[in-house]
Amino acid sequence: MSRPKLPRKSTTVDMTAMCDVAFLLLTFFILATKQKPPEVLTITPPNSVSAVAVPDKSIIITLTKDGRTFLMFGEDTKKDETLENLNLTQGLNLSPSELTKWKKQLFYGLPLNQVKSGLSMELNPAKMPGIPTDTAKNELTDWLRSITNVYAGGDQRKLEETLLVKGDNDALYPGFKQIKQAFKKNQLYKFRIVTNGEPVPVGSELYNSAKKN
Amino acid sequence: MAEIDTSSGGGKKGPGVKKSKKLSTRVDLTPMVDLGFLLLTFFVFTTTMSQSTAMNMNEPKDDDTSQQIKVKNSGAMTLLLGKGNQIYYYYGQLDPNTLSEQFKSTNFKNIRKLILEKKKATPIDDLMYIIKSDKDSKFGNAINILDEMSINAIPPGHYAEVDITETEAKLIKDTEESNGIK
Repeated sequence: MSRPKLPRKSTTVDMTAMCDVAFLLLTFFILATKQKPPEVLTITPPNSVSAVAVPDKSIIITLTKDGRTFLMFGEDTKKDETLENLNLTQGLNLSPSELTKWKKQLFYGLPLNQVKSGLSMELNPAKMPGIPTDTAKNELTDWLRSITNVYAGGDQRKLEETLLVKGDNDALYPGFKQIKQAFKKNQLYKFRIVTNGEPVPVGSELYNSAKKN
Repeated sequence: MAEIDTSSGGGKKGPGVKKSKKLSTRVDLTPMVDLGFLLLTFFVFTTTMSQSTAMNMNEPKDDDTSQQIKVKNSGAMTLLLGKGNQIYYYYGQLDPNTLSEQFKSTNFKNIRKLILEKKKATPIDDLMYIIKSDKDSKFGNAINILDEMSINAIPPGHYAEVDITETEAKLIKDTEESNGIK
């Protein structure tokens, strides 16, 4: 007696659905990821075990490897107001059209007395001399004063969370000290440093105390 | 549709003409799925890996002398950051007579152990780490040493950044010269 023959089933599976899902997710992730702002200045920040994420709404003070200081305004910061305030308080005499042009810049790294002349030429931020921060003339203090003026009346803690210092690993310490001085002169005693997140070393005190909780 | 009918006669095919085989419209999607998931994994990994974090900094108020705390000599450890990722350290206060014994040098690899030893050997109320950065030290060094403080769970208020004194700067310079650190 012969067994009844089972119909042979095909081994090919319909992949269309799987393919759809894969590409759907792919498009989602590509669209959902935020593009990094163009990195004209290459900065390698130091590592730290801190786990606080950097907010988008931030004003970043950048300290490059060669010790130049730049200022960058993130999304939803009072950039326009700050620049207007600076124009008024520092007597930069910018015309409205110049002011509009100034507001469009991404990086601010020129001494205040060169701002007007610098607007007429397209300057690559990498070639800018940076905001002067030496002891004799710390212009970052003026920048920060304008920022505090603009943010005055609001939540002080919010401003503290907005201000970030992003320094290169190999930048010399005095450059950072001058930035700290500029903060202190404006009664800002708290700010934050941008770092690269790293895991807490296994076996360290912090690791053990985190494990207990 | 756009073919020219060459066959003669009323649509009847001759004996030599084969009926054209109907091709399947199914395409093998496996490579496409592979590619899709490959890209997907790539994007998922690259987006989560480079996460920037923010570290809090608290600066003391210079003008406010009432906030200055007296530090016990027995509980103080001074960390001096120098050139070439070197750390110099001493306990208590510098005594001109025992300078060479007090003033020691180390690096970032060993500093965690030293910080921890001091922490274990000192009652927590007396404990104080004083961090001073030389003009030749790097920004990264200053951040790393503050990071060491949090790694070793030193409570805030038990470490502080202070300006370097001239004696210390000279000591570092002399040590660097004799050790040949550039």
